[in-house]
Amino acid sequence: MTTTTMAKSSRAVKVLNTIWTWIKKIPPVYPIFILIFLTVGFLNPNYQTANGIFVFLRRASPLAILAIGQMFVLSSGGFDLSMGSLVTFVIVGSSMLLNNDPEKAMITIVIMLGVGVIVGLINGVTVSFLKVPSLIVTLGMLLLVKGVAMFWSGGAPRGYFTDNFRIFGRGNIENVPIFGKFPIALLIMIVIALLSYYLFHKSNFGKQILAIGDNVRASQLSGVRVRVIRVLAFVYSALLAVVAAILLGGYGGISTNVGDGLEMQAVSAAVVGGTLLLGGKGSVPSVVFGAFTLEALFNLLNLLGLPKPYKDAVQGLIIIGAVAYVALSTRKKR
Amino acid sequence: MTTSSVSANGFNKFLHSIRIPPVYYFLLVIFIGGAALDFYFADGQILTNRAILTNIFVRSVALGIVAVGQTFVLIGASIDLSVAYTISMTAVMSSFIMQGDPTKVPTAIFVVFIIGAVIGLVNGLIITKLGVNSFIATLGTALILKGILNATFANFTGSVPRSYETFGYGRIGPIPISIFVLLGVVLLGWFILARTKFGSQLYGVGGNSEVARLSGLRTHRVLIGAHVICSLTAVLTGLFIVSRLRAGAPWIGPDGVYDLESVATTVIGGTALSGGKGGVWGTLGGVLIFGVIDTLFNQLGVNPFLKNVLRGVIIILAVASYTLRSKREAA
Repeated sequence: MTTTTMAKSSRAVKVLNTIWTWIKKIPPVYPIFILIFLTVGFLNPNYQTANGIFVFLRRASPLAILAIGQMFVLSSGGFDLSMGSLVTFVIVGSSMLLNNDPEKAMITIVIMLGVGVIVGLINGVTVSFLKVPSLIVTLGMLLLVKGVAMFWSGGAPRGYFTDNFRIFGRGNIENVPIFGKFPIALLIMIVIALLSYYLFHKSNFGKQILAIGDNVRASQLSGVRVRVIRVLAFVYSALLAVVAAILLGGYGGISTNVGDGLEMQAVSAAVVGGTLLLGGKGSVPSVVFGAFTLEALFNLLNLLGLPKPYKDAVQGLIIIGAVAYVALSTRKKR
Repeated sequence: MTTSSVSANGFNKFLHSIRIPPVYYFLLVIFIGGAALDFYFADGQILTNRAILTNIFVRSVALGIVAVGQTFVLIGASIDLSVAYTISMTAVMSSFIMQGDPTKVPTAIFVVFIIGAVIGLVNGLIITKLGVNSFIATLGTALILKGILNATFANFTGSVPRSYETFGYGRIGPIPISIFVLLGVVLLGWFILARTKFGSQLYGVGGNSEVARLSGLRTHRVLIGAHVICSLTAVLTGLFIVSRLRAGAPWIGPDGVYDLESVATTVIGGTALSGGKGGVWGTLGGVLIFGVIDTLFNQLGVNPFLKNVLRGVIIILAVASYTLRSKREAA
């Protein structure tokens, strides 16, 4: 009798234990996001409606896309600091190429994606074959790309974005069942996230990126083509920066300082999403939610009525806290 | 036993350090290339002008002082991206405290050095005790400083008294005082790195932190020390800039891109980003390269946007000329 109850209770403990280990496996970014988002929703009734949530997700989409691209490079052990100025370049350059002519929208987007490939290739080749640390390469690229954008436009881009160019950033798909309106930017982000999930978690490419980030020499010896994979990671990151720029341009219009500091926000979002700096660990869904968390936090600060500069200060505290949390918890395990 | 091996090590370092860092050959190439451009476009009037040559040095003072500090941090395999806002903080706070009153100068200088030391200490503590990657840690403190500065001060605040402007504009004979300050900082940096126990320990920590720890070094203290030194040099740069501008504003540091440029010049000077290698003389060479390029472009009237493009290319090429031969994969 007692033995059976004991067996029963120990089984219950076992179940609880397995549940607990499941809970412990959930990356901290999800509960943190839910907590912040609920607070935002509580303070601002707008966020209690489906429409409000969609507006939020649309605004967070470009950052999520940037953060995914950044994560590919971070996981391979590098940095991509050229993202922000590439965004500026795409927005300024598109306004120059478009020249207020809607018929040129498609060709402009294709050209900009081509520019992304070129910038990514230069970044990757310089890191892989000239062996310059990526921090320096992408920093030089930051100056270079922004310089070219400003030189090209003379510091003041003219014209406006045509509606068929802006639709990606601010358009909605009407009459979607269940949701009603569905933002195109969010759809693009989801497609990119799914593609990146496949590339990063299911394909050889992703596994090789993680292997390189973990141990370059070991992966080299086991036959990973380190240099090629690195170049591809930089190209992917630059391509996603171009996509994010098109969304940002569609949403916010033309400006020469949209891109400023975006690379750091992308790094922050990736880090909040549990990406290990200098490589070896990363997850696409967590990084997407890292970007959402950051965006929700900025909204929260707005709602609390803090002056805008405090956004930076809080972002600073958050990224230090997120990395310290990971560092201290892995240290404990040892 | 230990001390003798350390001093023997220091002696080797000294022998090593009097060899001319390769960056000076690059500087020579830049200078000759500049002279060719000068001859072609301006009939050789730029680089033969003594005032312009002096100006190259004066332009290099602000970046040079903080780059010496950055060298310490990079040798310790760390990085400090908060220097730009430390500079802004210094410029704003010192002119805010001085308010044009000469009697308040010592107080202001004292206060900003304390603030600088605290920033360096916080950076060092976050990196060592919390185990946060130095890139993220100092980026975080930079953002925090940026937020505080922009929330508190809108633009130029206060002013510095006339007597204080001597630091920026004064001359001893034909040579500006600020050049002596720069050389003094470089010499002091060289002395600490090449001749003191702390210097050797810093190279050890940067080369291999785990080995250094196992051989009995207090690696945390050494790294924190390097970060405090770096922040103090940023403060000195801030004090120099405010004496030139006559008042401080929050955008001064980021406007000069002192964070990234101090890293770039240090790396161009031969200090490895991975730590354990390098020195301040190389950094001085890297800073002078930037000074020559800047002055030349200004004199030739190159488009400021194009200047940034060329600058990006030069940073990458200069570093590539070192790293090309290395067998290790870069990241």
